[in-house]
Order: sequence, then C-alpha cells, then structure tokens
Amino acid sequence: MITVRNYVKPATVEEAYELNQKRANRVIGGMMWVRMSKGNVGTLIDLSGLGMDKIVEEEEQFRIGCMCTLRQLEQHEGLNSAFAGVFEECTRHIVGVQFRNGATVGGSVFGRFGFSDILTALLALDTSVKLYKRGIVPLAEFVEMERDRDILEEIIVRKDKRRAVYFSERMSSTDFPILACAVSEKDRVYRVSIGARPMRASCIEGTEEEMKDAYRRFSYGSNMRGSSEYREHLAEVLIRRAINALKERDA
Amino acid sequence: MKKVSQAIPKVDSQALVTGKAVYTDDIAPKDCLIVKILRSPHAHAMIKSIDTSRAMKVPGVVCILTYEDCPDQRFTMAGQTYPEPSPYDRLILDRRVRFVGDAAAIVAAETKEAAEKALRMIKVDYEVLTPLLDFRKAKDNEILVHPEDNWRSLCPVGADNKRNLCASGKEEDGDVDAVLAECDYVVEETYHTKANQQAMMETFRTYTYMDVYGRLNVVSSTQVTFHVRRILSNALGIPKSKIRVVKPRIGGGFGAKQSSVSEVYPALVTLKTGRPAKIIFTREESQTASSPRHEMEIKVRVGADKDGIIRAIDVYTLSNTGAFGEHGPTTVGLSGHKSIPLYGKTDAFRFVYDVVYTNVMSAGAYRGYGATQGIFAVESAVNELALKMHMDPVALREKNMVKEGQVMPAYYGETANSCALDRCMEHAKQLFGWDEKYPSRDMGNGKVRGVGVAMAMQGSGISNVDTASVAMKVNDDGFYSLMIGASDMGTGCDTILAQMAADCMECEMEDIIVSGVDTDSSPYDTGSYASSTTYVTGMAVIKTCEKLKEKIRMKGAEYLGHNVDEVEFDGKKVWCPEDGSEISLKDIGNQVMCRNEEALFASEAHFSPISPPPFMVGMAEVEVDKETGAVTPIDYVAVVDCGTVVNPSLARVQTEGGLVQGIGMALYEDVVYNEKGKNFSNSFMQYKIPTRMDTGDIRVEFESSYEPTGPFGAKSIGEIVINTPSPAIAAAVENAVGVRIRELPITAEKVYREMKKQS
Amino acid sequence: MELRFELNGKPVTAEIEAGELLFDVLRRLGCYSVKCGCETTNCGLCTVWVDGKPMLSCSVPAARMENHAVTTMEGLQEEAARFGAFLAKEGAEQCGFCSPGFIMNVLAMEKELCRDGRIPEKEEIREYLAGNLCRCTGYVGQMRAVEKYLRESRG
Repeated sequence: MITVRNYVKPATVEEAYELNQKRANRVIGGMMWVRMSKGNVGTLIDLSGLGMDKIVEEEEQFRIGCMCTLRQLEQHEGLNSAFAGVFEECTRHIVGVQFRNGATVGGSVFGRFGFSDILTALLALDTSVKLYKRGIVPLAEFVEMERDRDILEEIIVRKDKRRAVYFSERMSSTDFPILACAVSEKDRVYRVSIGARPMRASCIEGTEEEMKDAYRRFSYGSNMRGSSEYREHLAEVLIRRAINALKERDA
Repeated sequence: MKKVSQAIPKVDSQALVTGKAVYTDDIAPKDCLIVKILRSPHAHAMIKSIDTSRAMKVPGVVCILTYEDCPDQRFTMAGQTYPEPSPYDRLILDRRVRFVGDAAAIVAAETKEAAEKALRMIKVDYEVLTPLLDFRKAKDNEILVHPEDNWRSLCPVGADNKRNLCASGKEEDGDVDAVLAECDYVVEETYHTKANQQAMMETFRTYTYMDVYGRLNVVSSTQVTFHVRRILSNALGIPKSKIRVVKPRIGGGFGAKQSSVSEVYPALVTLKTGRPAKIIFTREESQTASSPRHEMEIKVRVGADKDGIIRAIDVYTLSNTGAFGEHGPTTVGLSGHKSIPLYGKTDAFRFVYDVVYTNVMSAGAYRGYGATQGIFAVESAVNELALKMHMDPVALREKNMVKEGQVMPAYYGETANSCALDRCMEHAKQLFGWDEKYPSRDMGNGKVRGVGVAMAMQGSGISNVDTASVAMKVNDDGFYSLMIGASDMGTGCDTILAQMAADCMECEMEDIIVSGVDTDSSPYDTGSYASSTTYVTGMAVIKTCEKLKEKIRMKGAEYLGHNVDEVEFDGKKVWCPEDGSEISLKDIGNQVMCRNEEALFASEAHFSPISPPPFMVGMAEVEVDKETGAVTPIDYVAVVDCGTVVNPSLARVQTEGGLVQGIGMALYEDVVYNEKGKNFSNSFMQYKIPTRMDTGDIRVEFESSYEPTGPFGAKSIGEIVINTPSPAIAAAVENAVGVRIRELPITAEKVYREMKKQS
Repeated sequence: MELRFELNGKPVTAEIEAGELLFDVLRRLGCYSVKCGCETTNCGLCTVWVDGKPMLSCSVPAARMENHAVTTMEGLQEEAARFGAFLAKEGAEQCGFCSPGFIMNVLAMEKELCRDGRIPEKEEIREYLAGNLCRCTGYVGQMRAVEKYLRESRG
C-alpha cells in the first residue's frame, strides 16, 4: 500500500515534468501497478488532463498517447489492420476488459515490466517513444535505459508495411505469459522479440536462416511459471511457429 | 406442486443479484476498530522480545497485543464436533512462530492506515530456528514443530508431537501382500498432490462487539457457527454462555471456513478494549495464513488377475498438515476410505497413513477433504493398470466397480444401499462418446486429443457424529418459521431445506421463512461441512415437520371439537371428513395467540449411523500440444448419483463449480514455497484459478438412485464433484501423448519434460 | 481534498484522501454492492462503470473522478434484477459475492457488443467476461444465464 500526500492533475506536460523531478513524486497511468507498490508518495501526478489519450493515425505512423488504454489498442481498427491484429492478440489475454479499460500503454511501456505483452509486441515493430525532455528514442534503446524522471508522452509506431504476428504461452488464459513472442518481417528481414523470459523483452533481427537458432541469442530465467530451459524451448517453438505463420500468410 | 426436485431459485437470490448489503463487512458497525496482524517473516523462530512502544504512539492505535496478552491454553481452530480429532496445538499468539505468515502480534486502531503504520513500527527480535520444510523428512526429525508440553491430542488418532506426528494409523482386511503376490498384473506407483487454496471470493472476516448483556457477540463468515462458539471459548478462556455467534450471508467457503481462521483476533481485541472490532483478511493473508488442502504423497499398489478382476489395493498416505493440525487426522482417513471402496471385488486392502507437522501454513478442510487426494492416486493407478493390461479403463471399471447392495469393507463395512455408479458410467460413456474418442485422436496440427475417465465417491455427513436439529413454528396468519443451525455458505441449504419443509407441510415456499444461524436462537447443528446438510439436516427437517403437523392437527381438532384422529391436515386447513367442518391454518395460527397453552412449535434432531456415499463418473477430453506440452481442456462430462436431486439447478451448479475447481487443481493451482518457506502463491496474480476461458465444455447429468435413509431419497453433492478431474485429466494426457504425470498440477513444462525424456 | 462527481446519476461531493481509491470512496458512500476480492486487479468484483465503461474501482484514483460519472449497481437496480432473475433461475449466483461485479460487466457488455440487436458469439462473451472470477459456479451456469438473457431481451 502507498501513502499519498497530494494529488495533482497538471495542465501542461512541463508542469508534470517539473513535479516529477522530485523523487518522492510519482506519475500514474492507470494506477494498476502503483496501487500495489509500497511506500510514501509526495504527489501523485495524474496525466489524464493532458489530452494524451488518443491514437492518431498519420501517413507514416501511428501516434499513441501515453494515456491510451490497452483496450483502445485492442480495439483500434487502424492499428489492427496495419499489423494484422497484433494489437488485439497482445492485449486480449491481459486480465479482463475492465483492467484493459484502466491500464495505460504509457504505464506498460514506461514500466518496462518483465512480463509485458505490450512491450514484446511493440519491440517487434518499428517503434519509438517520445519523451518530453529527451525527445524521440527508439523503443529498443528505451528498454535498456535506466529509469529516469522524464515524461513518456507518446509511442510512435511506423507504418512501414511490416507484417507481424504475436504468440504467447500461458498457464491459464489471462495469466502473465510463460513466454511471449512477437515476430515481424519486412523485405525478408525478420525481427524477433521475446518477452517474459521472465526478464523484460528484447529483440534481434536477421534473415530467416539466421532466425533458425534465434532462441539461443536470448537469455532466460526461471520463476514459478517456468524454468529457463523450458522458456528456451518455448522460444524455439514460438519463433518457428511465428515465422511459419507469416510465410503462410504470404501463400 | 411439489417443491422437491424443482429448480427453485434460492430464497436469498433477489438480494444477492441486486447487490444488497448482506455480507459481514457490509453490515459491520462503522465504529469498529480495525484489526491487523503482524506476521512472521520466518518459517520457524522464537520471539525473544517485542517492542511495541513506538507503534503505540501512532495516532489512532488503541491496542497492541502480543503472546504475553494471550491465554496459555492450547486449542484447535478446526470446526469439528467435540472432542475434536484435531490436536489442541495453538495459542492465539505464541512465542514460537511456525510458518512465514504466522501471527506474532495483533494491532487494533481507529483506521486501517493507523493499524498498518503501527505494524511497520513494531520491533520483534526473533531467534531464527531451522525450519522443517520437507514433509517426507518430518516424521522423527530432530526439529520439532510442537515441542511444547501443553500440546494435547483429545482423541486416539496416533498423534505424537515429539515425533512431529499429528496422526497415524493402519487399517486392513485380508492379506494384501499375499493377494498381490498372486495377481497377474500389479501397478505400484507414488502420486503427489499439492496444497490448493479454496480461493472463495470473500476472504476470511469477522467483527465482534459486546452486547447489552455484557456478552461477546461475533458476526463471522463461517461454515461452523456453533463450533466457533466453542473454539472461542477455548481460545479466550471464557464460558460459552458469554459468547454469541451469528453467521450472515457468506461469500463462499469450500471448507476454508470450516476452520476458525479469523475469529480469535477481533474477539480478543473486543474483550480487551470493550470496543467493536473488525478483521478483514487481505487476499494475501487468505493465501498465506489460512487453511488450504493437505498436500499428500500417496503410494498405491493395485493388483488384478488376468481376467481383469481387481483383487487388492494397498494405500500408504503421507499427509502434510503444516504448522498446525487442523483437520489433519480426519482428512487423511478419506484418502483411503473414499477411494478403495470404489472397487467391489477386492479380496484384501490395506490403508496406512502418517500425518506430519512442518513449517508451512496449516492445512485445513477443502472440498473433497482427503478423498480428492486419495481418488487421484487410486484412480490414476487403476488407469495405469488398464494400460498395462491393454484394457479399456471403462471396461476395467465396469468389471470391478462397487454395486448397489454390496458391503464395502474399506468403508466402515457399510452397505451401498443406493448406488447408480454403473448407470453413471453407461450414461457418461454415451454422452461423452467414449468409444469413439478413446484413447486419442491426432488433430493433424501438432495437437492430440486424449480422453480419460475416473470414478469418485464421498460421504453424506459424518456417521455417528454429525447432529442437526431443526425447529419450526407456526406464526399468526399461519406462516412458518424454519429455524436451522446449518450454515448456508451460498450453496443454498436455506432454500433446499425450505423446499423439503414445503413439501412436508404441503405449502408454498413463500409460506416459510428461513433464518440465518445465530447460536443464541438457532437449534444446534454441527455445521455445513462433510457434505452433511442435505442428508442430515434434511432428515431433521422431515422429523420436525411431522411433529409440527401432528400439533396442528391436535389444535385444529380442539377448535373443531373433534378428536385428533377424526381430522386431517392438508396444508391449508384442518378438517373433518365425517362432518365437513374445517378450520384454516390461518385461523389456527391466529387463535393460538390467545388463551393457548400448547405452542405450535416443534423441534427434532437427527444423526445418522451411516454416511451413504454419492457416486459419480467423470470423463475428460484434453488437447495436448506435442511440442510445448500445453494441456487445454476440451470437454468434461460428469454423471452424478446424489440420490434424489432436491434442486436440479443448484445441484448442477454445484457440480459444474466443483469440476472447474478440480480442473484448476489438475492443471495449475499450486501453493509454492521457496527454500526458506516463503509462500509465493500469495495473490490471485500468482495463484491462478480458472477463468471462464479455461474450462472447456462442461456437461453434467444425473443418474439418481434412491437412498432409503435420506430425505426424499437424497444423498450429498457438495464435495464429490471435485474428485474426478485430476485423475481423468492425468489419464487423458497419457492417452494423448504417452506420458504419465504423477505429481499435480500437470503443467505444460512437466508434460514437455516427460515427452523429452521419452524421445 | 474535495471531490465532485456524479454517482448513479446524482451530483455528489465527497471529502477524500489524495491517494484514495474509488473503491474505498464508493463503499464509504454506501455503495455496498461494490466488493473487493483480491487487491491485485485480478478478480473483477469491484467493477463499476466510469462514464459508462466497466472499470476496476480498486485501481481508479478517486481524485481522477472529478466531473466524471460513476455507476454502481445501486444505480442499476432494475437492470440488475432483470438479468439477475436469469442468473437466479440457473442457480448461478450461488454465494453471490461476485454477482454485482459480474452483472455490472454483463450489462456493460450488452451495451458495447449488442448494438443493433446483435447477439455476440459464446467465445466473444467469454472473452468479455474473462476478468470476472467466480469460484462457486464454474461459470457454466453464468454463461447459460447470459445467453438466455441476451436471446430473450434481444428478441
């Protein structure tokens, strides 16, 4: 449980950023995770008054506001038709509709959680994040960055005709994944993203031939949902199935 | 129209589906002190000292209690009839803490925030001891979980705290070793079932206050209202006459609330402070300091001759009761008593067991109560036997299953007076399409569908122990009050008992009001557990109604100026067939309010010398991924013989609910500890119960026998329904991909590892 | 701090703590239909509508509700009773503790998926309601109730 002294709904991103420079303060997205954390919070910074809850489709890209809910991703026609339902597939297993109406994409991405379906899927696409101070950073880079006190404003997914597919294995249908796998292909270059290893997702690129033993290029850990050996095995199976699914879609 | 065998909605359904404030926390006084428990971070330790001085300074904190404030008399939290088979091994707070999560101090404060802040400020100095975490090494280990001298076992259950034994025993009939030696086929395997959480949606919760008479009032979400009164009396050292326990609507129990998990804490606070107090267990507490299923390791030897006659069954059960012995001595019994008797042609059986203490949370009662574990083992062994004999497991069972009229030596020598197990099997076979689906079908996409079967039995109450009394009175205008001590835990006993009463009294459901349990005014009932309510309390309802009808006739005859044997009662009026004179029940009800010296009130009690088993057959179809090992439930067919079905929709939902709990147990539910005894399964995030996406199709039918000793021919249904999924699914997996998983849950990883070993 | 929002169609002003969750505020305001089953956003018992959308009140910051509309079962008594009759007929409320959250989500689903008289497929229904845990019923009776209700009320 957290103890909170103040609640502020900033009117500008600058105000949110300034507030967030204090270590005791905390930005909330859907509050799904913050409510489960512990400790004292000075000020809760609520970004819901900044109009950052929209998905904007442009010629070259989608701009997804950090306060968009997972349910918006799941149901957005443009996103899902551009990427063949990947957004629906990577969200629909997450707890339930009510959860996805609350949880935000910004919270998922900024948190860089080890179990994240969203991060796994976004990494397989040409995705960047727009940070208020630092500007636009490729997601793959952002994933590796130390957590700082910048404000994640939006997620930018480029419409580069990339085709993608998402697979996951779970103990029960709305549990965290034992392993998550997103694969995309463009000009015969595959990008493979593996999440819930159970460490945070990461991705690699290469030709189909190079992807045959791609699973060996990730590291895996053990927890109560599976051992590292089993996860490695699942990665091998899911990557192969994903590539086959992309090829079948061609045929 | 008759009410028994009708799908009548529950009498409380309207309030429940419109979200009325009917549960413990909804009705608690708003000025209750909030009670929180400081819990041990160590699996085994002695408290050297507790410093509460800083915590007491937190504004709003009213009291902090430690072991020094608690009576030094041991008791059990098990809700069982006195003298309880469960040992008296607990104190409310003890110097020795015995699992991660054991209570070390009690805080009561004006607000939750203050109580939680105080928890963080209590300083406990622990002497950390080596925990005993491997239940296979517990017996005669040098680490003792209960070395104390005031530990007591009230019943001869083979308990010895100096050996970490909560119970032990042996039963046999015939010479098992000799018969097994003669058998052409013998399977000898060990099966392991894990602790599971009942995971009822409403966690443990209680509030307490002192009433105008200076008595402790306890309102609690419990299945054992009367037992709670005794448990509190034992724990607090105050007379039972000073305690009143009331059960409001409760949000599920499944056995969890057959232990008095939460009551002692606010009760002690109210006694010490005189103020109302309330404890609401967090889900984390409900997952880590509660009363889950006993983990059991069960060795089975089962042998058959070349014709497929099962001639001997030998079962050894090692049960892990954890830090305390609640339900330890009794659950283990069912692992043999409710599995071995399924087979009616054996020449010999043996059942040996040990129940051991370890430093994990205490186990308790969970639907199935040991039968679930035993049936997983024995039914799995029989499936393995069928495979060994190249015999269809359904055919093997048809040859050997217990039949109506047979004596069951491993079931206290009782006779199966009512048993439609054979019809259940035949019906299930047809409905499921067993002959077409057995053993498996390759789906051609890397997935195989396999099928498996299992049988189950349970009891109907505890024979010669469970006692139910019922009272009923006629009110003015002639409506009835039905007073029961059975504790409806959501499964609808208030409704089905009223259905029975309505048929007995030939009236409508609306003519009967049922009250929840209040130890001050309700007649005594052992409580809602051991599948006893329909069978035992149901009989008490019938007896009570007979008596009340007699009294109504007497009163009616008096008012009509006739002898009692000249009049009849048809539910609406007492009348005389000879002269046509009549008086309505309404008029009788009103007239007895004036110048009357015979109360229109009856109360009868019932116990049963036998516990007639319900029987059932379950058939599972699962799809297994040949590469990942993932098991997906496709179809589950269950056919149940619970005797007469008193309320078809409630019985069906009970069955469906039990099956899905069983599916969760089979596939992923598992209480996981680390090497230091910390419980990882501490939330619904980490302990997954099935969602509606995880069940596959569930199809339930009934094949009724008629139980001559039961009310309207009924037996029980509450527990048996959880017993078949684990063995049926384990067999289905084996039939699909050729690997046998003998330790639950059957996770994808276990299946994958076994497949890899084989290839 | 002071919170002004609409609760079950009526304007309400409540004094709240900065970090308070909507769940706690609602119960304090007497909406006892709203239940808590898990504290980790997994069970769906605390489901209420925020501006008509089903959400987990256990993780909505109450302060965020300023000028928003919250609906609990206390404000949907007729609708709840109408669907609840189907649930009770199947015996599928059983202990009833998860019923309010479940029914709130069924009614939300009806609004969202049943536009133009459409009746969703069984799988679609299961998926929409997957976040509502129930330990008593095994869900089968609940699904029967939902399907019968939708068929009947959609003609």
